[in-house]
Amino acid sequence: MERNLSLAGPKVDRSNVAYEGFTPGKWMERIDVRDFIQQNYTPYEGDGSFLQEGTDRTQKLWSKVLTLMEAERQAGGVLDIDEKTISTITSHAAGYIDKDLETIVGLQTDAPLKRAIMPNGGARMVYDQLQAYDRPICDELREVYKHRKTHNDGVFDVYTDEMKAARRSGVITGLPDAYGRGRIIGDYRRPAVYGVDYLLACKRHAHRQAPSDAMTEDVIRVREEIAEQIRSLEELKEMAASYGCDIGHPATDTKEAIQWLYFGYLAAVKEQNGAAMSLGRVSTFLDIYAQRDLQSGRYSEDEIQEMIDHFVMKLRLVRFLRTPAYDALFSGDPTWVTECIGGMGLDGRTLVTQMSYRLLHTLENLGPAPEPNMTVLWSPRLPTAFKEYCARLSAETCSIQYENDELMRVKFGDDYGIACCVSAMKIGKQMQFFGARANLAKALLYAINGGRDEKSGVQVGPRFEPVQTEYLEYDDVLERFDWIMDWLSKLYVDTLNVIHYMHDKYCYERIEMALHDEEVERILATGIAGLSVVADSLSAIRYAKVKCIRNEDGLVVDYEIEGDYPQFGNHDDSVDQIARDLVACFMGKLKRHAAYRNGRHTLSVLTITSNVVYGQKTGPTPDGRKQGEPFAPGANPMHGRDQKGCIASMASVASLPYDFAQDGISYTFSIVPEALGQGDAERYENLTGLLDGYFESGGHHINVNVLNKDLLLDAMDHPENYPQLTIRVSGYAVNFIKLTREQQVDVINRTFHRVL
Amino acid sequence: MTDLSANQSLAILESDPLGYIHSIETCGTVDGPGIRYVAFLQGCPLRCLYCHNPDSWQYGTGQTMRASALVGDILKYRSFIRNGGVTFSGGEPLSQVPFVTNVFSRLKLRGIHTAVDTSGIIPVSTCQSALEVTDLVILDIKAIDSDLCKTVSGGDNRRALQLLDWCEAEEKPVWIRHVVVPGFTDRVEDLEALATYLKPFRCIQKVQLLPFHQMAIHKWEHLNVPYTLEHVNPPTPEQMRQANAMLRDVGLNVE
Repeated sequence: MERNLSLAGPKVDRSNVAYEGFTPGKWMERIDVRDFIQQNYTPYEGDGSFLQEGTDRTQKLWSKVLTLMEAERQAGGVLDIDEKTISTITSHAAGYIDKDLETIVGLQTDAPLKRAIMPNGGARMVYDQLQAYDRPICDELREVYKHRKTHNDGVFDVYTDEMKAARRSGVITGLPDAYGRGRIIGDYRRPAVYGVDYLLACKRHAHRQAPSDAMTEDVIRVREEIAEQIRSLEELKEMAASYGCDIGHPATDTKEAIQWLYFGYLAAVKEQNGAAMSLGRVSTFLDIYAQRDLQSGRYSEDEIQEMIDHFVMKLRLVRFLRTPAYDALFSGDPTWVTECIGGMGLDGRTLVTQMSYRLLHTLENLGPAPEPNMTVLWSPRLPTAFKEYCARLSAETCSIQYENDELMRVKFGDDYGIACCVSAMKIGKQMQFFGARANLAKALLYAINGGRDEKSGVQVGPRFEPVQTEYLEYDDVLERFDWIMDWLSKLYVDTLNVIHYMHDKYCYERIEMALHDEEVERILATGIAGLSVVADSLSAIRYAKVKCIRNEDGLVVDYEIEGDYPQFGNHDDSVDQIARDLVACFMGKLKRHAAYRNGRHTLSVLTITSNVVYGQKTGPTPDGRKQGEPFAPGANPMHGRDQKGCIASMASVASLPYDFAQDGISYTFSIVPEALGQGDAERYENLTGLLDGYFESGGHHINVNVLNKDLLLDAMDHPENYPQLTIRVSGYAVNFIKLTREQQVDVINRTFHRVL
Repeated sequence: MTDLSANQSLAILESDPLGYIHSIETCGTVDGPGIRYVAFLQGCPLRCLYCHNPDSWQYGTGQTMRASALVGDILKYRSFIRNGGVTFSGGEPLSQVPFVTNVFSRLKLRGIHTAVDTSGIIPVSTCQSALEVTDLVILDIKAIDSDLCKTVSGGDNRRALQLLDWCEAEEKPVWIRHVVVPGFTDRVEDLEALATYLKPFRCIQKVQLLPFHQMAIHKWEHLNVPYTLEHVNPPTPEQMRQANAMLRDVGLNVE
């Protein structure tokens, strides 16, 4: 490499044959994938008529995968485990489904659906996992983790009694203190554009440049992290070499681009058992290579679709070893391989390309599936043909979620990805400290009971005088709730600080962070559960009369409501305003407490499937919700309380302030086909209209399910007939047959919008 | 679409009549084109044997709302109903002419598409002001035979057919609805008579044959009103296919 001024950083080799035909730009000066995309992509306004069906090889390969997946289901959910090897980027030999058929290669272990162990998050968790599936815990593993401390060990060394009590009672739940935090999206496109050698040169340069005049704790940590990143990139090259690929150089064609990108992602899921391991925003990027190869005649459309189909198969095979308790919280074995499709660029051009279609088209070639978590970034300005294609696929597969590009572009630019379900991040420039969620409904009960838990009677929150009156008074409850939120917000942020300090220390995501800039913005992503329960409870206290039922111990354990009250989900400001204020208020309180590594606080209104478990852990609430009854998922209105039709329900949710919930606001919408209109064409058009309306009203996220209740009931009894039945739940999609029975019932009981 | 004169516009904003509303469905997709805000108005003079909203018969009950307030609520959903509009159903919406006229006029000022779902039992002379600000008339013809119409609905069809004549003269778009009730309105000769009668009308954009269903039976029981069709089975898909074919054969646009 030629000599540079010392601070300028390594130069990209402009004459590399890999760049022939590409428009140069800033991306050739330094790592800037967005600029590479902007200089080179071809917006596509047409329809899907160019799409090709799956090739013979694809069909053969997919039938092998389906057979494996059926074997996995029959084996009780886990097909095989490598219980002896601590999984790293290079721990396993190359693995294949069928080497001769695969155009894109690479598996997490040496065989498909064989799950790996990743104990650095928590060795005890791995032991539980192995026991749950009747696998032996080998002596070497125990020996290693006698001497090697884990993230989980570190967290529990530091947790206070108060944190442990809050965790046990469920007022803060789902914390990533014993499993990988996930939600970090590496910029997996970088190996393809630049080759790993250049990425290594940049990281080595950064290591030399990392400030070293004062060796403070921060500087030491950064230098150590970059060293880890460098090591992980070397291992990435080594892993790719075991599959016969030299990814030191930039990708020269579509196949290499997909393959290089996938190796980057694969390295991440070999080493991190993160709750959500998202892919980012790769389809429009990959289209640049496809366009070049189509023009030069290197590949045909058939061949390109085949590569995408095979790539998506690989993403559908990603597995993690988890415990039954984890499955109860996040049901259906999700991995959140979230991919963002479409959206609009800052310059007004659409980011929809032919590859956006090709990726969605895998739902037709391979059938519906929950993964990858296809996320369409919606704008009213998206090409009409694309909107209609999405609406049709949504109605046919229930496998797509939609998010508001107009809202997010303002805050995150036009090269953001979605981690998990709804969390936007600038790819390669921002990372997230995932914070699960606080149970606001339980917090309200603590406010009424003077900080005591309504189920156990234990003093979890600060001790103060409980409500003394027979009937709840709005102002009195509000004041107490304010105190409890003050306490909860501080405890919550403090707890997350402990968790993320230890995760960085003992379970650092070195390959994902190697695919980030060195200077990243960190987001502390908190969340709330039970928003509609609390809004309705406060509305009941204000507009109806709510009587307290106390036990002999003086604890309020139930409520009686006299009269009607406005309920969230009917586009009625008297209660919707309460919900909006709750979001803004809790967010404001969180921000008052400093976050680890100068993290910026955000908040999500998202539960995934944990709304069922939260409900089980929470006593009766003043809105009339019974003991143990599930919360509504995400920001949804409570089941059956939205009486004015689905648009009123959507409009209530859309009115929640994204400015105060920038980690995302999730809404799940299920409708029977007949309620969308008569005939397919009319249904797709109306669905498009609903999406336009929802997003123009300020809605952030929506899951769309178009299906009949009877179908789901039949699938509960005959799962074998519905291997690919996919439905969207809060923020992700699942195989319906993989849900627990309770969650299946919850999904079925949830409001299905139907014809009058 | 229908337009208003300046004088008409002024007159509307000066009054603000009260309406009686049975219920609101913000996501209607079957009562007119596109996504529609559907307000079901309270009160109906007919007593159709198969009515699926018997709780909307009685006059003077339900939720009361000023025209301006309803329009205010509708406008909250503008971005959703852009390609659809607003439909008044019921009950018999044209029983509340001042209210319907006022609400629709206000909507016309904002370019929103309007529809009524009516039995046509209210004379045109009474409801003409409302019809003038209606973009689409969804007309439920119970039967072409006057006696049969009386049997199933309690009223004759003279006014409904006059309304259809008026729409033809005014070039007002119409969707025809007809409920197929086995043993009542499913006879071949009656369907043929319907087809023959409707054939010449150029104002008819679409004909929808709706299969009778038993889904409203609990409402009748709840209201303690005797229900006489509990032994009637819904028409089979094959019966519906044949009925649809009969109307399609004369050149009507059957959905």
